[in-house]
Amino acid sequence: MGIEPTWPAWKAGALPLSYTRNGPDHTGRACVVKSGAYKLRPMNSLLLLQGRVIDPSQGLDAVTDILIRDGKVAALGEGAAAQAPPDADRFDATGRIVCPGLIDLHVHLREPGQSSKETIATGTAAAAKGGFTSVVCMPNTVPPIDSPSTVALVHERVASEGRVNVYVAGAISKGLAGEELGPMGSLKRAGVVAVTDDGHCIQNNELMRHALEYSTMFDLLVMDHCQDYSIVTDGVAHEGYYSAMLGLRGWPAAGEELIVARNILLAERTGARVHCQHISSAGSVRLLRKAREQGLPVSGEACPHHFTLTDAALAGSDEFWRKDGQAVLISGKSSSALPFWPAYDTHVKMNPPIRAAADREALLEALADGTIEVISSDHAPHCNYEKDVEFDDAPFGITGLETELALSLMQLYHAKRLGLSELIARFTTGPARLLKLTGKASLKPGSDGDVTVFDPDVEWEFHREDTAGKSCNSPFYGWPMKGKALATIVAGRIVWRDPDRAASESIQQQNQTNPTSRKNKKI
Amino acid sequence: MLWTRKDLLDLQSLSVEEITAVLDTARAFRAVGERTIKKVPALRGKTVINLFIEPSTRTRISFELAAQRLSADVINFTAEASSLKKGETLKDTARNLEALNADFIIIRHSAAGAPHFLARVLNAHVVNAGDGAHEHPTQGLLDIFTMREKKGSLQGLRVTILGDILYSRVARSNIWALRKMGAHITLCGPPTLVPRIFEQMECRVTSDLEEAIADADVINLLRIQHERQRKTMFPSLAEYSSLFGINRARLAATKPDVLIMHPGPINRGVEVDSEVADGERSVILEQVTNGLAIRMAALYLVNGGQAASTETPEQAAA
Repeated sequence: MGIEPTWPAWKAGALPLSYTRNGPDHTGRACVVKSGAYKLRPMNSLLLLQGRVIDPSQGLDAVTDILIRDGKVAALGEGAAAQAPPDADRFDATGRIVCPGLIDLHVHLREPGQSSKETIATGTAAAAKGGFTSVVCMPNTVPPIDSPSTVALVHERVASEGRVNVYVAGAISKGLAGEELGPMGSLKRAGVVAVTDDGHCIQNNELMRHALEYSTMFDLLVMDHCQDYSIVTDGVAHEGYYSAMLGLRGWPAAGEELIVARNILLAERTGARVHCQHISSAGSVRLLRKAREQGLPVSGEACPHHFTLTDAALAGSDEFWRKDGQAVLISGKSSSALPFWPAYDTHVKMNPPIRAAADREALLEALADGTIEVISSDHAPHCNYEKDVEFDDAPFGITGLETELALSLMQLYHAKRLGLSELIARFTTGPARLLKLTGKASLKPGSDGDVTVFDPDVEWEFHREDTAGKSCNSPFYGWPMKGKALATIVAGRIVWRDPDRAASESIQQQNQTNPTSRKNKKI
Repeated sequence: MLWTRKDLLDLQSLSVEEITAVLDTARAFRAVGERTIKKVPALRGKTVINLFIEPSTRTRISFELAAQRLSADVINFTAEASSLKKGETLKDTARNLEALNADFIIIRHSAAGAPHFLARVLNAHVVNAGDGAHEHPTQGLLDIFTMREKKGSLQGLRVTILGDILYSRVARSNIWALRKMGAHITLCGPPTLVPRIFEQMECRVTSDLEEAIADADVINLLRIQHERQRKTMFPSLAEYSSLFGINRARLAATKPDVLIMHPGPINRGVEVDSEVADGERSVILEQVTNGLAIRMAALYLVNGGQAASTETPEQAAA
């Protein structure tokens, strides 16, 4: 049977990723922001044909078809194509991985109040480009998301400008000040999926205990940025050889581990669900592993920068590639083509800091054995001028949504630590289970029609000018990447499609179309 | 060419040949300082800006005098009087200075890596006059210059660096330079100030003072920077002095020809007693004199001057 070329369908959907602030889009055309426009169109049908469908929620790994209708998965399997209405958009996913839409539960969209760094429009554009159909935005905005009205404001902006699903995390404490409990019940009613003071850590153990106890009333996940201020003080880099050598103030691993241990003890006492954000150290992994073996309700997440980079990167790219970078290289890449960065590059400054090679190894092991069941980006956009200062004065954080999938595939799948299904689970069932999201992370009929199509073997380079987000504070420009999202589908709409491959696919499909099927083709 | 660098940022990245070039050139400039007319025209018409974002007296004066003796025009710029107080970034401040055609920026800054950052954004020569706890390359050079002058060679020399290593840029510059020149380094002090991680820089780390100084050829005393330290690093200056202060009794248990060095300013009665600081083994004031020659050599070389060679030490000054 004939397969409908997907290119016209894509064009009709006003779907190419488009944004104005970074100039023309990937096809070279100047274009206007049409974010959210797809939501205004009447519901449609989309038939994904012959992809390798991997769905960890049902243990599925098979080449088959998926029909999405009216925003929901209508059919999966052999009969899906037959059930498709004649005017259904068709997407040839032959040779691609098709999986439930990826979820990133740790993203800073910077709205309200910091739209010079990122906006809901640009942040969700970056998410779409990275293959993410859902993100959870952090509450450390200006003002913080610590009241139902701020939650409502974010939801409103997302409805008009969001390109993917955005869930909101509310603050644990009022004003993120770590002093008084925030209105958790009202926040829950306003729709938050978790609470966190991310960027800050509640130092007062009594307040944390009460936050946890209180959260059990709503079965709300409490997420914690684990940092003991009294021992970290004004540390800016992992305390170790490189901080000593470079004279940078140390941010010791114990500063994270003390709070991870506290959270485990309090989770045991209160029964509340505690999620340790951006775990960075081997010691934290050990604590978490033991607690989970005991069956305690604690979980952790790891970020690609923590399991890709090490503190050797602080001394510049030469040092990194000579030492710890060897483990990251795609074989066959010549070392002369590797990206350069200087010592003290503020794009390798994040909180918690990138740590030693042994910590990186522990994170990869924890992701492989399930101790850490979630991968997140901690996408933290900052303006160029904010990062273009002395190392001590630069803000912590890097962008991550657009490199997250590739780095995870490289470090886990291509490095043969995790199979594709387990890796996909870290992006789907892992976060969905913690956040108790309904209708997500599955391709079972009746689920939301959120799908990510990717190719784990595509080799590419990330370039500054291709950035979909508003900020360019990524250390991964020029890196040799392997694995890429080729299409991101939210509620049955293609919200992003890789322009290079979309064009070549459509040509390919036209060549394949034979004369008998041509008459069935919709013009 | 022994020296091709635009900047002098740290000693870690210098080769043995480059370090030797600075030392040999400095020896020639020290001879200039002993003449009645102490000025040479090497940097005539050049503008040197002392960009000191952190308070300093001796290093600033030393650099200022070094530039003047090379016939450069010098401007001193301190953070208190500057636009940095008004929120201007370091990059903007430095680029404004460069727009005034400054040829050299000598920078002292509390943030490690600040000179490296400036060197990337400026065409002017950048000389690091101390960046946070990272490096103080001209101090490291003047220290090993003094050692070499006194001991003849650095190869196999036993150097003990005593005191606040963790926060010390002087320590790091000494460590890199001494390692490259073949000396053996011992670091000594309380573990809060001398963490074990320094063993990874090929240094012996100990808290046993007697062991650390018994066979030392050089004892380089670092100033206890009590203004920088947190209250929890050690109990009191008195306790520090009783455990690690160098006094006459302790000096008696060292090699008879040991050199006592100190980058200054000295806390008399804390890391060193007056009778030792002013005693015959002390070369503390010679270090200051040598510092001037080292800084002249550094400015001269980054400007593209020909390095003096060991064989003909007077050449560069001629």
